[in-house]
Amino acid sequence: MAIILDHVNYIYDEGTPFSRYALKDICLQIPDGQFIGVIGHTGSGKSTLMQHLNGLIKATEGSIYFNGEDIYDSDFDKKKLRSKVGLVFQYPEHQLFEVDVFSDVCFGPRNLGLDKKEVELRAFDALRKVGLPQDLYYQSPFELSGGQKRRVAIAGVLAMKPDVLILDEPTAGLDPKGRVEILEQIKNLQTESGMTIILVSHSMEDVAEYVDRILVMNEGSIIYDDVPGEIFKHYRELEEMGLSAPQVTYVMHALRESGIPVSGDVTTLEEAVEEITRVIGSSH
Amino acid sequence: MLRDITIGQYYQTESVIHRLDPRVKLGGTLLYIISLFCFKNIGGYFLAALFLAIVIRLSKVPFKFMVKGMRAILFLLLITVAFNLFLTPGEPLITLWKLHITKEGLWLAFTMAVRLSLLIVGSSVMTLTTTPNHLTDGMEKMLQPLRIFKVPVHEVAMMMSIALRFIPILLEETDKIMKAQIARGADFESGNLIKKAKALVPLLVPLFISAFRRANDLAMAMEARCYRGGEGRTKMKPLIYHKRDYVAYICLGLYMVVSIVVGRL
Amino acid sequence: MSIIKAKNVIFEYIRRDEEGNVEGINTAVNNVSLDVKQGEFVAILGHNGSGKSTLAKHLNAILYPTEGTVWVDGKDTSDDSHLWDIRQNAGMVFQNPDNQIIGQVVEEDVGFGPENMGVPTREIWERVEESLKAVGMYKYRKHSPNRLSGGQKQRVSIAGVLAMHPKCIVLDEPTAMLDPGGRKEVIRAIRALNDVEGMTVILITHYMEEIIHADRVFVMDDGKVAMEGTPKEIFSRVEELKALRLDVPCVTLLAYELQKRGIPLPAGILTGEEFVEALQTVYKG
Repeated sequence: MAIILDHVNYIYDEGTPFSRYALKDICLQIPDGQFIGVIGHTGSGKSTLMQHLNGLIKATEGSIYFNGEDIYDSDFDKKKLRSKVGLVFQYPEHQLFEVDVFSDVCFGPRNLGLDKKEVELRAFDALRKVGLPQDLYYQSPFELSGGQKRRVAIAGVLAMKPDVLILDEPTAGLDPKGRVEILEQIKNLQTESGMTIILVSHSMEDVAEYVDRILVMNEGSIIYDDVPGEIFKHYRELEEMGLSAPQVTYVMHALRESGIPVSGDVTTLEEAVEEITRVIGSSH
Repeated sequence: MLRDITIGQYYQTESVIHRLDPRVKLGGTLLYIISLFCFKNIGGYFLAALFLAIVIRLSKVPFKFMVKGMRAILFLLLITVAFNLFLTPGEPLITLWKLHITKEGLWLAFTMAVRLSLLIVGSSVMTLTTTPNHLTDGMEKMLQPLRIFKVPVHEVAMMMSIALRFIPILLEETDKIMKAQIARGADFESGNLIKKAKALVPLLVPLFISAFRRANDLAMAMEARCYRGGEGRTKMKPLIYHKRDYVAYICLGLYMVVSIVVGRL
Repeated sequence: MSIIKAKNVIFEYIRRDEEGNVEGINTAVNNVSLDVKQGEFVAILGHNGSGKSTLAKHLNAILYPTEGTVWVDGKDTSDDSHLWDIRQNAGMVFQNPDNQIIGQVVEEDVGFGPENMGVPTREIWERVEESLKAVGMYKYRKHSPNRLSGGQKQRVSIAGVLAMHPKCIVLDEPTAMLDPGGRKEVIRAIRALNDVEGMTVILITHYMEEIIHADRVFVMDDGKVAMEGTPKEIFSRVEELKALRLDVPCVTLLAYELQKRGIPLPAGILTGEEFVEALQTVYKG
């Protein structure tokens, strides 16, 4: 068990008339090696929850355990937690600051107090993992394209060698091809390095396609916690929360309603193609 | 939430003072401050305090908000009092080791404290009852005459209002970048001064870049909406004097006359 | 009548190294011609770096063509004397909602354009009211823009352009930074403007779902127009779109994959309803 959250509450502006729950009674277990998707509309508490996982925000009530240790213990090493739980913020390219790509990626491992050789090894490794072409390593990060900058920023977190990688909307503002490339690389991190991945996203298609498990958040609480197929069965409830299921799910439900007997818990395009071919094929 | 910070601590409510033209409030505050420094006797301070009390009452802003502004300058106030108390030459009343408290010092310290307090509370009445926007408008209008000396009054006012709009956005951005760098192991707190200053580089560089990018975008958006300086521009909310503003000017005039009479005696 | 016309537009910019020496010349827009008629809804599609935003900036004289000509309402954009007419006639909405709102109160921001144009005060108020109503933001007129959602901010930006009474609106990736809810509300507002008010709209985007209702689509790649046609025509060319780093709406892709497996569906299906209807015909037949 990597991370456990036990009845975590977080209250904004506590003690003022504006105080409100940003997180409400969150109980959650995040085992090693899972690929988890977190969905919820803006302001549902997803980002706040993610910042709890690496100790950037301290819960008002409740406990968080990382590998069995209480992260709010006075002798718990917060810095180590931050290196083990990497957090990639939305538009992470806005945090780049060094003169060249390579030095920027070195920033994280250097802060961990590692020796120069180890820092550089890690930076190379991270840049390779995000698939950045080698001839760009010594260019200014500000001269790269949007997608390349984003990779550099993700590498900057990867270079700390986290066990858990949290990404907040890693595909925001990228074009379709760029989106797929980044998501594929993230998936590889999980399958090849066994990293736990938490992907915060608005895009139902992305989430349905890649993750093992989905958390749906609304008004600071986790409403659903299940595998994608089960989650999207609640597409009407999702709609009420300002979310939507993948388009495929809607089409499949519309087909069912029109009398074509396809299964309702289809969430990806490939599944839909298979299912429709099966049904249509058998009717002919 | 950083976005909720109101710059200039405007207090939203409906009152006569809130509705006054910003030029009246700016002019009134200026006059009031000048009067504070011209009084020669205690009667003047009583008059100023009375005038202020009436204005505060009319503004419907709770008194505790006024005092909030005082807290920030309490330290400055104490230092001023201490300096005046101990360093004014004259007839010694009490002697503590090498320090003498003189009669003149006591009087000076007292008047200084009263003056500063009245000044701070007085000017916070203005900022509490006027939106920053309105203030900029008022200033632009009042400083119009400076244009003959080639002072770019409109441009300065425009810059001020853009700054006011972007301060909350940049504050939020600072918070975000800071968190992102902390997540990469940055440490903004420990170490000596030099180390701390160095630690700010990963914060300041992205912040400057972002500010420049925003400025660039904004300039383009303004040009796309036909912005070409103050020349030939009309106003959506032009400043027009109403009856209440003339009444306020008369009141200010009366205050001036009375304070000359009272304060000089 | 054509509102915007571009003929053989080429835009080049010079790349310089740190010492200011010329490193090379990039052609961001390469020989593009287009013609937008009054009341049309035109979409320009392309991946990041395809030149679509550079082209957009030509349409209201922020950039001038290196070669070729752009006319807005019959006026050549490279002629300085028409500059303000052009900017007023071709209103522009940009990507980042935070970086284009100037006012500290919603209504003041919408009034910014008319103020610059020297519109009399009373008329500014009328324009602000009608523009905010057109995008459904009238009840937020006294709010601070900082407290609005991304979608609401973009609607305010659109209102700010409308208040200038333009002949057409150019929207440069207005939804790229929004969440799905915000994206929907902005697209709904844009469509309403086109349908109800008959406003000419040029929408630049890389989201396929947003252009389904366009009259015409231009697909850009490497500074050139790579494809042109109605959404139906464009979306029936799935393989080409994929090669251009664009993806196809999910339903269209589903229909396409099923066709490949031999299920007889028509090409270029755009909406869920169309798909269900077509599949039913297959199922029953």
